[in-house]
Amino acid sequence: MSEKTTTKENLALEVRHVTKRFPGVIANDDVSFTLKKGEIHALLGENGAGKSTLMNVVYGLYAQDEGEFLIDNEVVEINGPNDAINYGIGMVHQHFMLVPVFTVTENMILGSEITKGTSLDLARAKKEILEISEAYGLEVDPDALIENLPVGVQQRVEILKALYRKANILVLDEPTAVLTPQEAEDLFDVMRDLTKKGVSIIFITHKLKEILNVADRVTVMRRGKVVGHAKPSETDAQGLATMMVGRDVLLEVAKTPAKPTEVVLEVNHLKIKDERDVEVVKDISFEVRAGEILGIAGIQGNGQTELIEAITGLRGADSGEVHLSGEIIPFEKPRYLVEHGMGHVPEDRHKHGLVLPYDLADNIVLNTYYQKPFAGKMMIRDDQAVLKNATELIKRFDVRAPSPHVAASTLSGGNQQKVIVAREFSHPLKVLIANQPTRGLDVGSIEYIHKEIINMRDEGVGVLVISAELDEILSLADRIAIMFRGEIVTIIDAKSATREQLGLWMAGASPEMS
Amino acid sequence: MENTNTLPTTTPQQLFLKQWGTTIFVSLTVIAIVIWQYILNANVTEAVLASTIRQSTPLVLGALCGLLGERSAVINIGIEGQMLLGAFVGFLVNVWTGNLWIAVFAAIFTGAVMGLLLAYMSVTLKMDQIIGGTVINILALGLTGYFYQVGLTTKGKMLPIPLGPLADIPIIGPALFNNPPITYATFVLVFLVHYVLFHTKWGLRTRAVGEHPRAADTLGVNVFKVRYVNVIVGGAIAGLAGAFLTLEAVGSFERAMTNGRGFVALAVMIFGKFTPLGAWGAALLFGFANAMQTQLQFADIQVPHQFIGMLPYILTIIVLSGFVGRTHIPAADGVPYEKE
Repeated sequence: MSEKTTTKENLALEVRHVTKRFPGVIANDDVSFTLKKGEIHALLGENGAGKSTLMNVVYGLYAQDEGEFLIDNEVVEINGPNDAINYGIGMVHQHFMLVPVFTVTENMILGSEITKGTSLDLARAKKEILEISEAYGLEVDPDALIENLPVGVQQRVEILKALYRKANILVLDEPTAVLTPQEAEDLFDVMRDLTKKGVSIIFITHKLKEILNVADRVTVMRRGKVVGHAKPSETDAQGLATMMVGRDVLLEVAKTPAKPTEVVLEVNHLKIKDERDVEVVKDISFEVRAGEILGIAGIQGNGQTELIEAITGLRGADSGEVHLSGEIIPFEKPRYLVEHGMGHVPEDRHKHGLVLPYDLADNIVLNTYYQKPFAGKMMIRDDQAVLKNATELIKRFDVRAPSPHVAASTLSGGNQQKVIVAREFSHPLKVLIANQPTRGLDVGSIEYIHKEIINMRDEGVGVLVISAELDEILSLADRIAIMFRGEIVTIIDAKSATREQLGLWMAGASPEMS
Repeated sequence: MENTNTLPTTTPQQLFLKQWGTTIFVSLTVIAIVIWQYILNANVTEAVLASTIRQSTPLVLGALCGLLGERSAVINIGIEGQMLLGAFVGFLVNVWTGNLWIAVFAAIFTGAVMGLLLAYMSVTLKMDQIIGGTVINILALGLTGYFYQVGLTTKGKMLPIPLGPLADIPIIGPALFNNPPITYATFVLVFLVHYVLFHTKWGLRTRAVGEHPRAADTLGVNVFKVRYVNVIVGGAIAGLAGAFLTLEAVGSFERAMTNGRGFVALAVMIFGKFTPLGAWGAALLFGFANAMQTQLQFADIQVPHQFIGMLPYILTIIVLSGFVGRTHIPAADGVPYEKE
């Protein structure tokens, strides 16, 4: 995909035998890899494989216990972000390091301020930013406040921030996790363009497609160790996945044709206005039958969040009704829904899925703690029952945790999601709502959760899956509804769906046009 | 947040009104009252204005102390104690040395040491900052109460220095240009802190550390140092406020003489939206209301004096609830920084 020629000597960065220990864990175990000048080098691994730790060591945020770094073939000491910046390393963190109430300019110059006398020289800073932004073709408004910018643009500011500090080694930590598919494509174009201008890029990810799409070379990490190197041109998604997980994984879950029976969830002319009184759900109707999976595809922010919040009892609706097994549900009564057979895997697992400081046992009984056997006589909780339940479910749902007593916050994203799945799938279900069920998870966990969802379907549960990832919708759903600007554009059979067609509808094309 | 494309747009005029509407409205009202009063009775009006400045000075200084801390994310509820201890040490040093200037610097130094203590507790030990501040308040009350001896008086006090013809300007002249040194210093400090906070490298880093310390850290800003320096400088300013009380306003020390000013200063700081100029305006308004109520008590009005005494507080409540609107508190305020 690129016509670069690289020789052995042409290294931007070399990491030699780096080991980083945290109390009780070895996050990086004798890790070595090389970054050639002007290449995009992907660092692939599951969550917790040690990719981000390694990059934080390179950036000077952590000190390594063993090992050394070479920049331009010379050994360098990196004792803090300042050193890293001086050696031309720039990092775009997974969670943006931007001050929301500052302007783009203020964020860009922070730490490397330009002054005139004692005052900040914002005018000159602005000029320099515009120059860089033009040179790299990354458009920004220097006066815009970060909090008013869409995520994609914030990321652009982060990249510019590194370039402003004259970075020629750019580390991107899971850059696409927060982006829409379109924004991700734009980012890849930017990355390719940057390499042409002499920047070398380390691209941390666990998404195989992205690597095949954009990387020149891949280093695969598993449990803190480098387990292999590869060239995307010489491998495929299956090969990379196997290397990353350490066993064969199914990228697409096998499933039999659905056998839908009676309607279990029916949404009738639902209309919802948000906090700003904007109608975000406009007269939506659909039904889900027992034994089928209905997928709702759509770019985020098209009303899916509000729609699901109304169905799952987290918010009211302005008009319309929702039937659960034929009965009209009351809005804003989540406990009613739990007791009548609705399971909900929420969109934001930290905000709505778990009480992070609570231990796993408590998190697993969050919706049933007041029932027998967990609540004993006189409303006193039966710790034994809670613990027994947790131990069983942790085993059954393969949650990797040292004990049921650890806080949910200490688990990786994939295991946190499994805890939620354990809770929601283990009470009697008629309807299951899974909103972005695998967001931010690695292939191993995705495979597991997809399998569980299909199992639920085969057991006769009606499933509603909402996802911004087309792949997820295509591999799970039996029927697909496309949502755009608060309306359902159309509902089609998944067998007749193509990615291109779905993409067009998600972007607002109307079905009559095609 | 989710739907960025449907955010209601505000015109520059609306934004200006939103930001400055309250200030303009309140200022105009106050100016109208002052002019009307001046026509009725010039002497009383000038006295009220002078009293306004006097009452507001320790509040402004306290608020500057508070906002330096909070802009870098350290909540300082120990302003009261820092002020009190500064007042006491300044007073003692004056009694011993007979020199006012040495006494003022002793007060400033004491405040700075108390700032250092707060910074150590909240930045290094990562203690709960409310408890840290309370420690300082109790410590100050205990120390000053224990060491205070009745009967000591200062040797002289800071006297007003009229600034030539400026002091003869009607209405504002006597209030603004005929003041003792610490009051003048306060005027300068308000603008100085404003300049530092919003126009210098240090200020940018301070605000960044108060909003998103990790972002600042990843860019090589020393979060701990920024917090230490701001809290210590804030303490010094609170010490100066203490010096104002003993060496400029009263001329002696009494037990617990700060009388809650450190806490009112916190209210003034929030009221002023964590900005020096805003805090100054808020302190002046509060001082004005206070001066007015003192004056009204002498006037021949058929209202129980308790009601007149309530005026400043009622005014504060009305302005706070009705006009100021939402204040942006530094996002990391009160949260100790962990380097992982």
